Amino acid sequence: MQNMKDIQRRIGSVKNTQKITRAMKMVAAAKLKNAQDRAEDARPFFNKTVEVLRGVFTRTSEETHPLLEEFEEGSHLVIVITGDRGLCGAYNNKVIKEAEELVKKEDASLIVMGRKARDYFRRLNADIIAEYVQLDDYPGYGFSNNIAEEVMHYFLAGDVKKVSMIYTHFNSAISQSVKNMQLLPVEKFSELEMETRGGKKAEEKDEEEITKKYVDYIFEPSPTEVFDNILPQYLINVIYSALLESKASEFGARMTAMDSATENASEMIDDLTLKYNRARQAEITKEITEIVGGAEALK
Amino acid sequence: MAEAPKIQLDVVTPQKIIFSDKIDKLEGPAIDGLIGILPKHAPLVTAMKIGVVRISKDEEETQIAISDGFMEVQPDRINLVVRTAETPDQIDVERAKRAKERAEEKLEKDHEKVDFARAEAAYERAVARLKAAGHHDHGYTGL
Repeated sequence: MQNMKDIQRRIGSVKNTQKITRAMKMVAAAKLKNAQDRAEDARPFFNKTVEVLRGVFTRTSEETHPLLEEFEEGSHLVIVITGDRGLCGAYNNKVIKEAEELVKKEDASLIVMGRKARDYFRRLNADIIAEYVQLDDYPGYGFSNNIAEEVMHYFLAGDVKKVSMIYTHFNSAISQSVKNMQLLPVEKFSELEMETRGGKKAEEKDEEEITKKYVDYIFEPSPTEVFDNILPQYLINVIYSALLESKASEFGARMTAMDSATENASEMIDDLTLKYNRARQAEITKEITEIVGGAEALK
Repeated sequence: MAEAPKIQLDVVTPQKIIFSDKIDKLEGPAIDGLIGILPKHAPLVTAMKIGVVRISKDEEETQIAISDGFMEVQPDRINLVVRTAETPDQIDVERAKRAKERAEEKLEKDHEKVDFARAEAAYERAVARLKAAGHHDHGYTGL
């Protein structure tokens, strides 16, 4: 039987831990609400951008643009988006794992966002060309703008043949999925991933409809100039929404993880309390037996 | 005579949908000059630059200050997708004035030291905001 004092001490420490996990859960929940609102507010903007881009691609299948060209040479640039802190379940690990597989398979350079990814890939001695840590809880549009410019710079200079991004898509507070998305060369619209659309059949049908719908587009002043403006914007928008989605996912994951930690702590406290009571009872029984024994001896 | 046709306008920014209504006419700064859109316009895509978009609806005029983005037009609707957009009541005039002064200062300094393009864009944005908010006395000659 464990010492009563030891058990009491353990109950105290578990209670303290529970306070922390509960506070973290509450903070994550509050931030999640905000991050989720932002991610959802950005979706119409993102969808409109994709919609317009689709239309442009349908109309100008013959057009080329530097940002659409495929290169044979160069490495694969991967943007990896994780959080700065742990205690959020498998959130960071899932992204890192996906990225690691890619790094092992091909010649990849990395832009890491978040301390978790940076630390991990530093240990692996991966080729990190840029790192961003201590990201805002609510990333701004300007930040995405800078990233997009940097990425375009590398791509247009011919240093990299392909740019993709690994981030976490926010489905709900308890469900997030890791996504690997190609940024550059910008995929032609028929291959573009549409989050809002269902299976493959629906997509094929859409394609037809869209082809019909966009048949008579005028480009002011010219398709090339429209591309010059739309493609970089598209890139910024995609990065912007990926950052927002990732942040919302991080808070969601943290909230869920801390919720179950708090619950586990409760269970543990119950267990320990039971143990403590048993020990206390055993102690009392022992004392009574001793007293009775002593009294008997005195007779 | 039947009621004049209207066209649905959505002004979308990363933060939210700023404007969504049926309108009679839109006038705004495309990259190659001022462009006007009436209902039943032919489908069109163009890029926009910083400036003021003027919207008329039932004789009433609304102005929206926008920064760069693009516009997609179909006969019955306009999608204006821009980085920032503000209606006059959302514009902080004092802030825009300060921003304009700061940008002017920067532009007057040695050009090699400042990010000229950035300062210029800041200046244009501030001027567009002031213009949309109804402050015309700033000697701005562009659109």
